[in-house]
Amino acid sequence: MKYLDEYRDPEVARQYVAAIEKITTKPWTIMEICGGQTHAIVRYGIQNMLPDEVTLVHGPGCPVCVTPIEKIDKALEIAARPEVIFCSFGDMLRVPGSATDLLSVRAEGGDVRAIYSPLDAVQVARDNPHKEVVFFAVGFETTAPGNAMAVYQARELGLKNFSLLVSHVLVPPAMESILSNPDCKVQGFLAAGHVCTVMGMDSYAPIAAKYKVPIVVTGFEPLDILQGLYMCIHQLEAGRRQVENQYARVVEAHGNQSAQQLISDVFQVIPRQWRGLGEIPQSGWGLAPAYADYDAERRFGLTETAPDEPSDCISGEIMQGLKKPAQCPAFGAKCTPDHPLGAPMVSTEGACSAYYRYGNE
Amino acid sequence: MCLAIPGKIITISGQEPLSRMGQVSYGGITKEASLAFVPDAKEGDYILVHAGIAISIVREDEAQKIFEYLEQIGEAEA
Repeated sequence: MKYLDEYRDPEVARQYVAAIEKITTKPWTIMEICGGQTHAIVRYGIQNMLPDEVTLVHGPGCPVCVTPIEKIDKALEIAARPEVIFCSFGDMLRVPGSATDLLSVRAEGGDVRAIYSPLDAVQVARDNPHKEVVFFAVGFETTAPGNAMAVYQARELGLKNFSLLVSHVLVPPAMESILSNPDCKVQGFLAAGHVCTVMGMDSYAPIAAKYKVPIVVTGFEPLDILQGLYMCIHQLEAGRRQVENQYARVVEAHGNQSAQQLISDVFQVIPRQWRGLGEIPQSGWGLAPAYADYDAERRFGLTETAPDEPSDCISGEIMQGLKKPAQCPAFGAKCTPDHPLGAPMVSTEGACSAYYRYGNE
Repeated sequence: MCLAIPGKIITISGQEPLSRMGQVSYGGITKEASLAFVPDAKEGDYILVHAGIAISIVREDEAQKIFEYLEQIGEAEA
């Protein structure tokens, strides 16, 4: 396919690897933010192609992994109600809550549907006027334009039976949280290309300046990642600490402003719990007051719970780049994709699942 | 989850900016996508689509730079 296949050319990849070897003189630890990038790095064996000096650690950019367990429990509670059709992206269905997961709720008779687009959930609500249709609005900034559009359309259509269970998270506050940790090992970042497609790069310059880290906005294909790494290492070796854009074919400096406009109408910035990382101030989006009627938590009168996290899971340390999946005692033993203890083993974008699937140590 | 795929706009329908839709071909497989957030996109353009929502137009002039960059850094080191 055009704009995909050409960025998987093995010969050009070898040239980039050679270029990286040529400029690397010191050890560097670089974090890719997005789970999609983690998946590509592990799938294509990029870590193994790089010089020994370069260590890649894997960031928190996997919505499946960071959605807090109490939000999963709320999804389970709503989805089990007989009057509800619960719609979600497919990769949330196997995430373990405190006691069960959405697939099990479906097996017990709940109407749980995996959908492709948030707009499909709006259509389900139009087609089922006597049911309450709830969409599980998880994700980073990339997913927000569609989720905002779904609520906007529901209001335009006058739908009274549609609501969102929102667990939106934001990348820049998570990067600051990782960099503020005194044990932080990360010296440079590959920023998440599609997040920046929506939001632009303006938020990153203050982070690069404050924490003295290069940040390279990077795409998702092997050549994108290799070029992003080259640019990041080039900055590190030269002592520069700036924001650069590897992914200019789709990322503009200020992002997609019509999407940002609708997002800012529908959502407001709020503190957010991250599974494995805890609460991060101003790190999420919730529905703005004008759209509060579409808030599923309010509609179903759900109360906060204090769930139990499995104590063996070290996903928080993995998502901060402090440990690798194989350093977890449960990895591949008590915790596998068929029986995940923690969310990074569930999603194919989770570091643990990617390592398990592609056999990295 | 932030997966987004480039596809080619085959046809466009709808006049209102927030309800513009397009039939988009992904290597021959055609699916509908919202074009609300790419108001300048025309038929024949390549767009980046996430979960049924176009979030950017793909810029052809920038798309080739990844290959030219290797030559540039080679020359800079030579």
